[in-house]
Amino acid sequence: MAYTKRLDGRKFDEMREIEGKVGVVKNADGSAMFKFGDTIAIAAVYGPKDLYPRFMQNPKKGKLRCYYDMISFSVNERKRPGPDRRSNEIGLVTEKSLTPVLSLENYPNAVIDVFVQIVQANAGTRCAGICAASLALADAGLDMKDLVCAVSAGVVDGKVLIDIDKYEEDVEGMTDIPVAILPRTGEVSLLQLDGKVNREELKEALELVKKVSKKIHNAQKKALQEKFK
Amino acid sequence: MNKEYIVGLLEKSERIDGRKLDAYRKITVENGVSKNAEGSARVKIGDTEVIAGVKMDVGEPYFDSQDKGVLIMGAELSPLSSEDFEPGPPSTQAVELARVVDRGIRESNSIDMKKLCIKKKEKVWMVFIDIYIVNADGNLLDAAALASIAALKNAKFPEYDEKNERVKYGELSKKSIPLDKLPIACTLYKVGGKILADVSNEEEKIVEARLTVTMTEEGIHGMQKGGDKTLSIKEIDEMVKIAEVRTKELRALIK
Repeated sequence: MAYTKRLDGRKFDEMREIEGKVGVVKNADGSAMFKFGDTIAIAAVYGPKDLYPRFMQNPKKGKLRCYYDMISFSVNERKRPGPDRRSNEIGLVTEKSLTPVLSLENYPNAVIDVFVQIVQANAGTRCAGICAASLALADAGLDMKDLVCAVSAGVVDGKVLIDIDKYEEDVEGMTDIPVAILPRTGEVSLLQLDGKVNREELKEALELVKKVSKKIHNAQKKALQEKFK
Repeated sequence: MNKEYIVGLLEKSERIDGRKLDAYRKITVENGVSKNAEGSARVKIGDTEVIAGVKMDVGEPYFDSQDKGVLIMGAELSPLSSEDFEPGPPSTQAVELARVVDRGIRESNSIDMKKLCIKKKEKVWMVFIDIYIVNADGNLLDAAALASIAALKNAKFPEYDEKNERVKYGELSKKSIPLDKLPIACTLYKVGGKILADVSNEEEKIVEARLTVTMTEEGIHGMQKGGDKTLSIKEIDEMVKIAEVRTKELRALIK
């Protein structure tokens, strides 16, 4: 059966409701929450601080470390607490998606720790985590070239849709493409793909992500402006 | 903030944030904070913020209690919540926190575990309570215990498909967890020879001894002493007296 309509009535290029907020963890040097519908991520930044053990320090540039964790009751079937292979990988790709916007050379011998926690999950958690983490880095007042906007695109039956939810993720033949974009330049800092697409579809998906990333960027800017009200 | 300053104030029976010695900071309890949990709650005590969630599953009973359900408690002192916590397996502090909260609920027989039995020796409900610290600013234990009880109180059984032996997550029944009593933990801390309730992070760093008292409407069900210094019998009595009053107030916040 061809995929002609989205279950929740959204248009193909319509995201769920998004919202950002900074300063959600008081102890942290910077923190933020980002929401895609029912998917809620919080992120906290600690640092820059001295990196230990000392032999890991680099006098030329600082280090960014990202950790991703889903809380046990964020999903329908309880997730065993603690890190696993999936969360390790997502921590890594989060790191890679944020690194291009940071000026790590300004923080020699230091480390910046970013902790992402998924409070409630309904697909798109790594993207929500990246949106929250980039906000938290800005909230921490670090030198940044840009924010990072991430969202998942989906391709099914030749159709491209944006911000797929859990139901859509499980649709037969759905290809999931999480993408992070630097909104000022349109450069891509995260790209993963599970499924099957052709070149045209991929291009269309990336263009769509680029288009909606403006909305994410606006929500992020709004969250940062709220802080100073 | 140095120790002399805090202790100096305490000698005049004053605290750094102007509270009375046995007073709590502002407490809020918010129910149903996670849609995918069977029950959940967020508790804030001052700047300490904790979320607790209940997930349920069907499994085999333990060999020594074949007609009773299973309760499993976990706590994570998430590195997100404080620079004092590091990523990795649960620390000793996290394990103690979970076990003290667990004992308060278990030993008070608050949950009628027999009502969690589906079929003796074979199938029982398993109740998982997980505690996550979002921001750590002292007195995590009281916040964690309060959040756990609020989450339990607010939880609903998921629908269970007997024929296929599957829990239908996402479909909640109207049935609540059989919670007869509400165990509440109150921790008292000895600092500079004085007895304090609800310490902030700065006060907690110089705590000499602490005593957690878990009470229901019926009496004391659990205690845990911590800290490197001793407590006199008189001090313990004084602590329990404060706990009796405070647990009653905390219990009134559970809706």
